[in-house]
Amino acid sequence: MNVIATFEIAYYQYLNEASLLVETLPSDLKNPHELQKIYRLMVLLRTFDSKAIALQRTGKLGTYPSTRGQEATFVGIGAALQKSDVFVPYYRDVGVLMQRGVKLSDILLYWGGDERGNYSSMAEDFPYSVPVGSQPLHAVGIATAIKIRKQKRAVLTVCGEGASSQGDFYEAMNVAGVWKLPVVFVVSNNQWAISVPRSAQSASQTIAQKAIAAGLQGEQVDGNDVIAVYERVSQALKRARETNEATLLEIITYRQSDHTTADDASRYEPQGVREEEWKKEPIERLKKYLMNTNAWTEEQEHALHKECASDVEKIVHEYINAVPQAPESMFDHLYETLPDIYAEQREHVSHKEAVAHG
Amino acid sequence: MADITLVEAVTQALAYEMRHDPDVIVLGEDVGKDGGVFRATVGLLDEFGPERVRDTPLAESMIAGLAVGMAAQGLKPVAEFQFMGFMYPGYDQIINHASRMRNRTRGRITCPVVFRAPYGCGIHAPEHHSESTEAIFAHIPGLRVVIPSSPARAYGLLLASIRDPDPVIFLEPSRLYRWSKQAVPDDGKALPLDKCFTLRVGTDITLVTWGAMVKETMAAAETLAKEGVSAEVIDVATIKPLDIETILASVEKTGRCVIIHEAARTCGVGADISALIAERGLMYLQAPVQRVTGYDTIVPYARLEKFYLPSEKQIIDAVNKVMEFA
Ligand SMILES: Cc1ncc(C[n+]2csc(CCOP(=O)(O)OP(=O)(O)O)c2C)c(N)n1
Ligand SMILES: [Mg+2]
Repeated sequence: MNVIATFEIAYYQYLNEASLLVETLPSDLKNPHELQKIYRLMVLLRTFDSKAIALQRTGKLGTYPSTRGQEATFVGIGAALQKSDVFVPYYRDVGVLMQRGVKLSDILLYWGGDERGNYSSMAEDFPYSVPVGSQPLHAVGIATAIKIRKQKRAVLTVCGEGASSQGDFYEAMNVAGVWKLPVVFVVSNNQWAISVPRSAQSASQTIAQKAIAAGLQGEQVDGNDVIAVYERVSQALKRARETNEATLLEIITYRQSDHTTADDASRYEPQGVREEEWKKEPIERLKKYLMNTNAWTEEQEHALHKECASDVEKIVHEYINAVPQAPESMFDHLYETLPDIYAEQREHVSHKEAVAHG
Repeated sequence: MADITLVEAVTQALAYEMRHDPDVIVLGEDVGKDGGVFRATVGLLDEFGPERVRDTPLAESMIAGLAVGMAAQGLKPVAEFQFMGFMYPGYDQIINHASRMRNRTRGRITCPVVFRAPYGCGIHAPEHHSESTEAIFAHIPGLRVVIPSSPARAYGLLLASIRDPDPVIFLEPSRLYRWSKQAVPDDGKALPLDKCFTLRVGTDITLVTWGAMVKETMAAAETLAKEGVSAEVIDVATIKPLDIETILASVEKTGRCVIIHEAARTCGVGADISALIAERGLMYLQAPVQRVTGYDTIVPYARLEKFYLPSEKQIIDAVNKVMEFA
């Protein structure tokens, strides 16, 4: 017997659960201003998230997927992306989108049931993908175009660990390997796919090692450590831009919420686990570090919370006051030019009285 | 100018558009060195190189999803599926993404992809190689479904499909790939989408068809002419969106209509055409609309396919039945 293949999966952590730096701080983040900026975004995201849930509970928003507890993952990814990169999100990516030119009021518009919520993004970024695991294929298509045009840009796509069971996820990594595409696949492993735990999703020891079969590099990152997320995503993007090598990053975090506002995790989540996981929660971890290094004060903390609350109020105001779309707008972007045969239906709906069904 | 076959016309259109538009990219299984299993992409790799003529890994969902991403970047991918029966893994990407990207982004991201596939039975191919399931694409808002039935229409409609700013399902009747030849000038002239083609003018009855059944329908019209029945033959060509105006105008003139398609009868596109005639043109009719279609069965293996396919005689019988109504 000869061993013909072996592999290793690295796990990266910079800031541990006790807020101690266990690796050298990446040079990009040496200036405390950078981590303060990131911290502000994480607090804004959590403030927005709580508000969105409250809006749903009071009937002012549709189903909404919370990002509570996963702020480091999404804010870290957004901070690492460059403007010229292309982002292909899934439905839990608001923390990235808010750094990509998407107005938070449009995020509410989207979850409030209005297509215009998908409009105000960076021109090339994709909108949310709801069909789980289908969007990594769009990322490789975009990466193919970028490579054909010999541009130095990267594409980054995110999905959940549940999505990593989809064939499309593997098909995308596979072609990224064969064609050497400038793409980064991120799996946000929050331990749950609705009610199905990570252990029931795959017998693979890590999700990261799924990269190996596609000829890519795979690694695990502490997803509650925003420094690790920022640094590993930055490195993977750099590799993609400079050498057209794709990477799979499995970012380990925990969903500190129901799957969405339509879910009730108490039906399946073992008692006490969430509380135990909360000890590793990302915002407090970074705050402690900033305070320990004299880069943050209680006064700043207080001011930040006030500022975020007032920002979110403005966002909600804008959302609530959005002018509704005309009913016939459902036909307006079906094709570039609406074929004649549908003109009658468009005309019909423009006069139709709205009927509430259930 | 040498006469060319339908499949050669496909190649000619692809090559023309690739020469004139650097954004056109051909991708699919075996489309490179092999030139495609039906040779529709033959010579393209040599002329345009492997960046623009791409053999993909063997995964249809990937082919479709990749094309969506490429199109969002302003490329114009022409994605080949080896047979229609193997498009289905890509169906999710086509329905959930390609067809609705423009709509869900309010026009910010569009999807000008052509998804090509050979389709239909009658070539004695193995199981799954004979499907005619165009109706499941025609049902989807946001898609176009285009089906040529001659070399000239294959050339002109494929050019139009590549230039169209929205996703097009382009289905090539494999039974007609090498059936006839005609002169097709390589002049880059597209034919109109969303328009029927009246292949034969007549006064007594309207025969509506598309794809490979154009062959049997034209033969039937020929025979009927000898029997004194003047049939108008309409090749629908774009089955989604439907040019119902041309069909209605013809039915207004003839008062009679038979719809012929190879696909299974139930929920076939013929049902929709028949319903539209009933809704908008009932007063023109002197007889009930008849359908001559494939059976509501799995397309049989090669030995029975000649019993499955609607025949010229079936069409003539249906016409005679309709003509009996005073
Ligand atoms: C193809 C598909 N199947 C099922 C669903 C319903 N669904 C929505 S989210 C979800 C779980 C996804 O879990 P995961 O990928 O881990 O992402 P998470 O929501 O945990 O971030 C399911 C089953 C869907 N949206 N798409
Ligand atoms: Mg999950």
